[in-house]
Amino acid sequence: MNKRLKETPSQTAGPYVHIGLLPAAAGIEVEHHGISSRTNLEKGIPVIITGVVRDGAGEIVTDALLEIWQSDGDGKFHDGRKGFARCHTDYDSGEFRFETVKPGSVAWRDGSPQAPHITLLVFARGINMHLHTRIYFADETEANACDPVLNAIPDGRETLLAKPDAKSNNSYRFDVSLQGDAETVFFDI
Amino acid sequence: MASDTISDYYPRDRSWHPKGLTPAYNSSVLRSPKRALLQMPTSLSETSGPVFGHNFLSEQDSDMLSNAIVDGDPVGERIIVSGRVLDENARPQASVLIEAWQANAGGRYRHVRDGYLAPLDKNFSGYGRCVSDEQGNYTFRTLRPGPYPYANNGPAWRPAHIHLSLLGAAFAQRLVTQFYFEGDPLIKHCAIVNSVSDPAAVDRLVAKLDLENAAPFDALAYRFDIVLRGRNETPLDAGHGR
Ligand SMILES: [Fe+2]
Repeated sequence: MNKRLKETPSQTAGPYVHIGLLPAAAGIEVEHHGISSRTNLEKGIPVIITGVVRDGAGEIVTDALLEIWQSDGDGKFHDGRKGFARCHTDYDSGEFRFETVKPGSVAWRDGSPQAPHITLLVFARGINMHLHTRIYFADETEANACDPVLNAIPDGRETLLAKPDAKSNNSYRFDVSLQGDAETVFFDI
Repeated sequence: MASDTISDYYPRDRSWHPKGLTPAYNSSVLRSPKRALLQMPTSLSETSGPVFGHNFLSEQDSDMLSNAIVDGDPVGERIIVSGRVLDENARPQASVLIEAWQANAGGRYRHVRDGYLAPLDKNFSGYGRCVSDEQGNYTFRTLRPGPYPYANNGPAWRPAHIHLSLLGAAFAQRLVTQFYFEGDPLIKHCAIVNSVSDPAAVDRLVAKLDLENAAPFDALAYRFDIVLRGRNETPLDAGHGR
């Protein structure tokens, strides 16, 4: 057995995470930053995903930063940075908003299909190590029923389903609950 | 069959990383999940990830001493921070996007939400980023940040630190951390540092003075090496593994 190195320990991103990861949001101008709330994927149905992050007291978290990573509508992961996006929760309303496409189906470990999903990471002051979850789509009933990850969740799978917005086409709502009754399912993956 | 196509990332040692709930760091109390994290093996969604080439950056990005100059050099102790990014198998990690942010020499962040009374430095933003080279090496020029106060369970102080974000080849390797400076007496008093319970793990967050790498009559140097998750390269049916 080779002796493995230990991973560098995590530390909270803190309240000033924007300076490093979304400098414009801190008031710092950087030419060609290149990372935004858009995944810039071309293939697939354009969708907008909005939501808020709540803490254990039900308060809206206005200093969170979120990242997503996903395939395009054909289920293909791209080699560059298409498919990656980052945004912060609004300083006042607490709302985040991603512009992307609905992902296609990506193979699970045994080659069987997974339901369309987006990997979501949550960073904030008070979060010692980023939280990892997945956004699924409530209107993918059949695919969701066969998804190996959703089916491994004993309790709370509905917290991972983005709900279609009745008022606007191709908009979904995905609220994150860090703690409490509606606590989002987070993975150690 | 699974091991033909997926070589798993080693599961994270969650006792080495900070726990979610660390009440001495007050902000964690309402922001940590109560339920245990659900363990899942990695699949393509986590073994893939965005790739940031060197042409993604501008030359100024890694030089915080010059990337925000308005009318002169920023105030503070000039330092060079460098190190190497490896994985748990000690393999160099190339093309890792390393993003950094920090307070200025007085401990003030250039952020719309930081109201600490220490003044801003108009020639310093505290924003920087670089991409590791083929050998996993990275380097920044910056200045040593000041300690700063924050509200924890009562007034508290952070040791001098620089925040780092790492995006490696796989989303499973995602890491955000902070590093501290060798010899800082505030380290042992910090609730955020102490969210990490193993002293050996805390030591891994402390950059070491690196006199050999100092720029004579210009800048002191510190070394901070980083380890990201690695893959288990000997799957059960090793003959078929990659
Ligand atoms: Fe900080």
